[in-house]
Amino acid sequence: MKTVFVTVGTTSFDELIERITSSDALQTLKARGYERLVLQVGRGSVLPTPDSCPNIRLEAFRFKDSIADEMKGADLVISHAGAGSCLEALGAGKPLLVVVNDKLMNNHQMELARQLHADSHSLYCTCSTLTETLRTMDLSVLLPFLPGQPKNFANFLDKALGVQ
Amino acid sequence: MSFLPVVVFVLIFLCFVFLLRLYVVIKTGSKYKPGSKGSVVVLAVAGSGGHTTELLRLMDSLSPSYKPRHYVIADTDKISEEKICTFESSKELRASEPQFTICRVPRSREVHQSWSSSVISTLHALLYSVPLVYKLRPDLVLCNGPGTCVPLCAAGLLLGILGMKKVLIVYVESICRVDSLSVTGRILYPVSDYFFVQWATLRDKYPKAIYLGRIV
Repeated sequence: MKTVFVTVGTTSFDELIERITSSDALQTLKARGYERLVLQVGRGSVLPTPDSCPNIRLEAFRFKDSIADEMKGADLVISHAGAGSCLEALGAGKPLLVVVNDKLMNNHQMELARQLHADSHSLYCTCSTLTETLRTMDLSVLLPFLPGQPKNFANFLDKALGVQ
Repeated sequence: MSFLPVVVFVLIFLCFVFLLRLYVVIKTGSKYKPGSKGSVVVLAVAGSGGHTTELLRLMDSLSPSYKPRHYVIADTDKISEEKICTFESSKELRASEPQFTICRVPRSREVHQSWSSSVISTLHALLYSVPLVYKLRPDLVLCNGPGTCVPLCAAGLLLGILGMKKVLIVYVESICRVDSLSVTGRILYPVSDYFFVQWATLRDKYPKAIYLGRIV
């Protein structure tokens, strides 16, 4: 079952949750073949119930110790611009759409989201363009995000410190 | 009456000696090769959430020559402690005997704390950091951003200035920092021996920084 996982991390992002559960966004998802929507809503005040969206299988929760399973089970991850959430989605090898909260401008967390988009690792939109982006997005343009290489760090340090 | 000028002179002289020593300690870091004596004692400063995850990725890459490994966490941080124990117990399967300890210091700066109160709580944390670093005598302090780094690095520098032990300061800026350094990074950039950044934009802005691509 094609699944979309929406995550807002430890913050709240009610506008995103409201947008993604609006009837036109749901129709768009449905038209693109997504049948299940999982929402992690964090501290937000909006916690949709499963029966609030008749056309799609909907699950919502606030927090879990680990969202690794939700990431793994997703065919598309829609995330806030938080670095942790973005890296987790890309690390799991999932297509990522970052929705920027334009009410939180100049947050340093956005540096990474912007760069990931510039390097074609993720798509990028705001709440007001979310439905349009879902309608027109082309996930095949996304480039894989290769994991970092801590070994390079270790080798450098070995050499610098004279470790045999 | 002539007492005061003497005191002032002595104070100025001591400040001068202190700064001169600080300069020497920072400048000679690249010549210090603790690895040649067999093992490198590491003091790793864990922060909260993402910082700890990144730090453990770095620790995981280090060879068994880096031991013992001492972790410092803020005294309010339960999650990091769990993560470190899980990580180290998986490492123990590979190595023979456990080679790590966890030490606690008061948190020096909460996110969004004001600048002036940060200074006071950092001084408070320094009181704990100096005896800790003196006791552990690490060859290097590895840190990647949480506020707790600053007092521990200051304590490490102090040991060097007093000529007791050269403590290398290795700083790795978080992968989240693409085009601006964190507050901790900006403070530690001038005094660190090895300063790593993970994006080319930062390398271009900070000539001393070492860029090896993404390393976490």
